[in-house]
Amino acid sequence: MNEFNWTYIAVVVVGIFGLFAFLSTVVISLTWYERKTLARIQMRAGPSRVGPHGLLQPMADVFKLITKEDIRPTNSSGMLFWSAPIIVFVSAFLVWLTVPFADGAVVAPQELGLLYIVAISTVGIVGLLIAGYTSSSKYSVLGGIRAAAQLVSYEIPIIVVVLAIAVLVQSLDLRDVVLGNEVTIGERVISFGGQGAIPFAFIMPLGLIVFILAGLAELGRTPFDIHHAESEVVGGPFLEYSGAHWAVFFLAEYINTFVIAALTILLFFGGWSWPSPPESIFGTALEEWQTDALGVGWFLFKTYMVVGLFFWFRGTYPRLRIDQLMAFGWKSLIPLSFVNFILMSIVIFYDWPLWTMTTFSVPILIGGLYFGARRTARKADPSTVQMYRRASRDDGGNKLVPDGTGD
Amino acid sequence: MSAIVFYVLAVITVIGALGVVLDRNVVRATLSLLIAMLGVAGIFLVAYAEFLALAQILIYAGAVTIVILFAIMLTRTTDLNINLDNPQRPVAFLIAVGVFVLLTLTFIYSDVPQLAEPDSVAVAIAESNSTGFETVGDSLFNQWAIPFEIASVILLVAMVGAIALARGDDNEPAVDASVEINEVSA
Repeated sequence: MNEFNWTYIAVVVVGIFGLFAFLSTVVISLTWYERKTLARIQMRAGPSRVGPHGLLQPMADVFKLITKEDIRPTNSSGMLFWSAPIIVFVSAFLVWLTVPFADGAVVAPQELGLLYIVAISTVGIVGLLIAGYTSSSKYSVLGGIRAAAQLVSYEIPIIVVVLAIAVLVQSLDLRDVVLGNEVTIGERVISFGGQGAIPFAFIMPLGLIVFILAGLAELGRTPFDIHHAESEVVGGPFLEYSGAHWAVFFLAEYINTFVIAALTILLFFGGWSWPSPPESIFGTALEEWQTDALGVGWFLFKTYMVVGLFFWFRGTYPRLRIDQLMAFGWKSLIPLSFVNFILMSIVIFYDWPLWTMTTFSVPILIGGLYFGARRTARKADPSTVQMYRRASRDDGGNKLVPDGTGD
Repeated sequence: MSAIVFYVLAVITVIGALGVVLDRNVVRATLSLLIAMLGVAGIFLVAYAEFLALAQILIYAGAVTIVILFAIMLTRTTDLNINLDNPQRPVAFLIAVGVFVLLTLTFIYSDVPQLAEPDSVAVAIAESNSTGFETVGDSLFNQWAIPFEIASVILLVAMVGAIALARGDDNEPAVDASVEINEVSA
């Protein structure tokens, strides 16, 4: 932003409205996609009454949510209660401004795009905490605290993996990550990534796995849905919300799911670049907009595949216990992400061929996940989890007393 | 144009800052703090300091606000309703005014490039065609590596100290938040 250029501002404003319409459509499609996927996994039919194959079911849900009565608990502070969904949604939405769908299809390209994404998405956690606090319900407070603890912890591995990618490409611009970057060091010109290059997933498989696992936790999706676990905290921070405001939280959640999936594709699987240039596949020269349209299509297809993987996880795995969750984050994912970052820096600094990174990563990944999973599956450490039960009436009435250890 | 954006952001920041000081509800004050922090990030953007703006959002608007809210939620809410004023109020007022005067005088008599004439800065940045991100990294890790490392060590010491203080005796059972929340709501 070197000048206050009116055309640029107009493009951004139109882009924001376009993006909003696009993301709403994506969220609507994702709800249908999730319900159908889960139904298939559980051998059910899923939504099938409204429209062909239940395709219009999300629309019916939207109308239901919008027309529902919006209730606010009497003890809650109005301004805080209504502002929480807005904070969560705005931070989820703003991230998309700098996510490129194709070379020419991005609302506001930024040189510091990766830093921007990491920074903006942190603000959303404030919204969850405020939602939990103002609902004046103990489940919401617990859910809010859980959400903050979980999201702050799992932010670290994501940032460190993103840093490793930045070291690999020598840039923080998402377009450079996909299109490749050329750096001049002294006399030498070194190029990183680009069309036809190996997807970064094969260079740092360790980074990919850490990113997907930490991303799932960042979204609060199963098996990491500790903060709105229905059987423990009855929906967590969103418990007291209803109608349109609950729908806004819901919207933000699915937008975040989509952004983590899109980032996985952009960082590790070459974004919108086709396996070989579309010209060579179709045999004719293509206009620029045609290449961009094909790129957007390919990018969205790959992103939906990753989202499908997330839904598959949800249908397959049970929920982690909260101490397992924190232990897995701090004792497995964070050290693994640092190992990945240090290895990547060494490989780039000494200019070793990139396959050495793969060779180092695979055994570390397998070993790390094996030991991480084994430690996570252990019984709870009595010093971290303490179960309580209500004391009997003649023992002091409404008091909580320690009741053995959790397992 | 950039002057208009600057004044809009300045008004937002000041309103946020006043909210922090004047609001009696601690959580609402934290929300005002978030607004003030985001406003400051916007002012950094007007001054062409993109990296600083993003760092401001990441650290102050994100992390610091979360830590404050976390602390509020983990302490007894009843303790927060006690009178926030105390006899030190006039002293605090004098110190605040003194700091304000000092900062204003420093700003007036220093040769900081003024926001009112951003053209020179804009031209310099447009010529370098970069967000200055590489310059920041270079000066942090090459030119000022030792001060940077010392700052990191001090932070580490503070962190270890905080954990050692909070941990207390090993034989003591860990403080459990659910009991306190239960007492508050009862």
